[in-house]
Amino acid sequence: MTPDREVAIVAFAQSDHLRRTDDLSEVEMVMPVLHEVLRQTGLKAADIGFTCSGSSDYLAGRAFSFTMALDGVGAWPPISESHVETDGAWALYEAWVKLLTGEADTALVYSYGKSSPGSVRDVLTRQLDPYYLAPLWPDSVALAALQAQALVDAGAADESALAAIAARSREDARANPHAQLPGARPQGEYVVQPLRTGDCPPIGDGAAAVILAAGDRARELCDRPAWIRGMDHRIEAHSLGVRDLTDSPSTRLAAERAGAFERPVDTAELHAPFSSQEVVLTRALGLDDDVRVNPSGGALAANPVMATGLVRLGEAAARIHRGESDRALAHATSGPCLQQNLVAVLEGDPRA
Amino acid sequence: MPKEPVAVVGIGQTKHVAARGDVSIAGLVREAAVRALADAELGWADIDAVVIGKAPDFFEGVMMPELYLADALGAVGKPMLRVHTAGSVGGSTALVAANLVSARVHRTVLTLAFEKQSESNAMWGLSLPVPFQQPLLAGAGGFFAPHVRAYMRRTGAPDGIGSLVAYKDRRNALKNPYAHLHEHDLTLEKVQASPMLWDPIRYSETCPSSDGACAMILTDRTGAARSPRPPAWVHGGAMRSEPTLFAGKDFVSPRAGRDCAADVYRQSGITDPRREIDAVEMYVPFSWYEPMWLENLGFAEEGEGWKLTEAGVTELDGDLPVNPSGGVLSTNPIGASGMIRFAEAALQVRGGAGEHQVDGARRALGHAYGGGAQFFSMWLVGDTPPAT
Repeated sequence: MTPDREVAIVAFAQSDHLRRTDDLSEVEMVMPVLHEVLRQTGLKAADIGFTCSGSSDYLAGRAFSFTMALDGVGAWPPISESHVETDGAWALYEAWVKLLTGEADTALVYSYGKSSPGSVRDVLTRQLDPYYLAPLWPDSVALAALQAQALVDAGAADESALAAIAARSREDARANPHAQLPGARPQGEYVVQPLRTGDCPPIGDGAAAVILAAGDRARELCDRPAWIRGMDHRIEAHSLGVRDLTDSPSTRLAAERAGAFERPVDTAELHAPFSSQEVVLTRALGLDDDVRVNPSGGALAANPVMATGLVRLGEAAARIHRGESDRALAHATSGPCLQQNLVAVLEGDPRA
Repeated sequence: MPKEPVAVVGIGQTKHVAARGDVSIAGLVREAAVRALADAELGWADIDAVVIGKAPDFFEGVMMPELYLADALGAVGKPMLRVHTAGSVGGSTALVAANLVSARVHRTVLTLAFEKQSESNAMWGLSLPVPFQQPLLAGAGGFFAPHVRAYMRRTGAPDGIGSLVAYKDRRNALKNPYAHLHEHDLTLEKVQASPMLWDPIRYSETCPSSDGACAMILTDRTGAARSPRPPAWVHGGAMRSEPTLFAGKDFVSPRAGRDCAADVYRQSGITDPRREIDAVEMYVPFSWYEPMWLENLGFAEEGEGWKLTEAGVTELDGDLPVNPSGGVLSTNPIGASGMIRFAEAALQVRGGAGEHQVDGARRALGHAYGGGAQFFSMWLVGDTPPAT
């Protein structure tokens, strides 16, 4: 859809993504990125019209984990605020809708995830059908491997193509000071065939924050706002057995609704935790070789679960802020084997 | 461009009970959704997006259950958004859905909230282990009882007010076929004689644990014009949050609640809530929260809320009926409880509340709160479209 109101990402910050952060609580991890986006814009907490966050109790290992993170926001006097129990990309979506209503002119969006305290492979099995699937504990790598094997069987990828994606991602991550895995890594042994260590994301902890602003407010706060030209998200059936795992019709539909196919994009930040999922997404989106995919290194270089999708939106926006992109596609995913997908199209004003 | 007015044209609830052993989580939510669609005389194809809410995932032991529920709620190929704002979530979820319509992102949205408490034990789900919290509390009652005691001390309210609230709400529930507790032989004396759980809160002054779901269909002006039954119109809606604990926090009357109500009244053009609002569905999980919220929401002066309760003003036939549905004290599928408040407020102005209908209700407030009395969501609905 084409929104009635111009809304832009005007600031983005992320933590360094680390294998462990035993010395940091979630609040301590979130506060520096919140302060950083406020610093970038010169805004104070009290200037923000709406705040929205994304996180998961199952990663934190406790109910209501997000209430503690709120302490880092400085929610006093009381703030207009909401929370989604999923990746922060959907918090950004909720905040975008809030700005479209005209009820707020600025929004703070943040998300965080600490995968290090538990076994994230096992934790993610808890998001499967609780009666028929979760009792079998099929872990996230095993499910991604099913998808990867389907791609191989369909002739859409082979192990060397997957290895090339992994190598390119980590090579690009050398320019990303926040990445967990900068620089090439050996592909290593199979984790679950056909996925090798190199095809899988690192396990780590991290946080991200974004500020949205509408219209002239965005122009005041940012030299080159990343205008959200469209944003949409779609979900697919849960059961893997009824899906074609080599395709992502929900990504394609979300992209169409977001206006992604009206003109080519120059950059795409795709939330593909596994190398094979980048293949699925680039095929579904019809991205050709001219499009710069995951210049940040993507989820293969840093995967703070629940923040990785928001980081994609932030990285795409930051490239527009820096003048390195004029029209970028940002994608986020949730659920097993890319079940749910969000696409945003971001544009910078024409350069003089 | 002004916001699109939002109408509630379909409402569906399950019969709330202690344990729905006959249905899965998917079966439970679908039952409410199908009833809301039937009420609106719409089909799944008429729904553009689904917004779903529930309280912590640990309550059923399913992480992000919306993923698994996409099929049951007809969301495949559509946007599905999951909201979680603690106990206020049912209200917040409805407001997020309403924003999709008012921003003209979508025309017709299904919003739904649920809890299937029988699949786990919410009390221990809420009692956080070390290192997150000192092992001092057992469930929500342990957290809120001291704040009730502070209210009593601050206002000088007599001991029996809580029992009056509980007795009223449980009797109202007898008129609501969807309410969980139907205690036909309850007397005020039985409430007063029930065991003390968290002093001063007695067993009969505490919400039950319920399995249940509530769904609403929200739509724009065009959708409302096609509605087979009178719509309820959203006149104002707001959320406010404040930190859990900080020096100077007023647990008796949190500022986030007062600010949230003030915002809703401003949007709705309400200047005298006591006179201009005809019915209130407020989130009262422990009896004493009725007088406390009467003050917090501006229906009574500070220290005077208990007098309204004592005088019978909040009875179904009083001049400010509070929780005609029986409220959270009679039905508590936690994640859905806020949405039930919002939906029951809408039922009142649609004239569809049946035996617990407040005569002539034209404007009603739905209210929810959660966390450590820190998250608030409210909406005000009316029987006519909002002035734009």
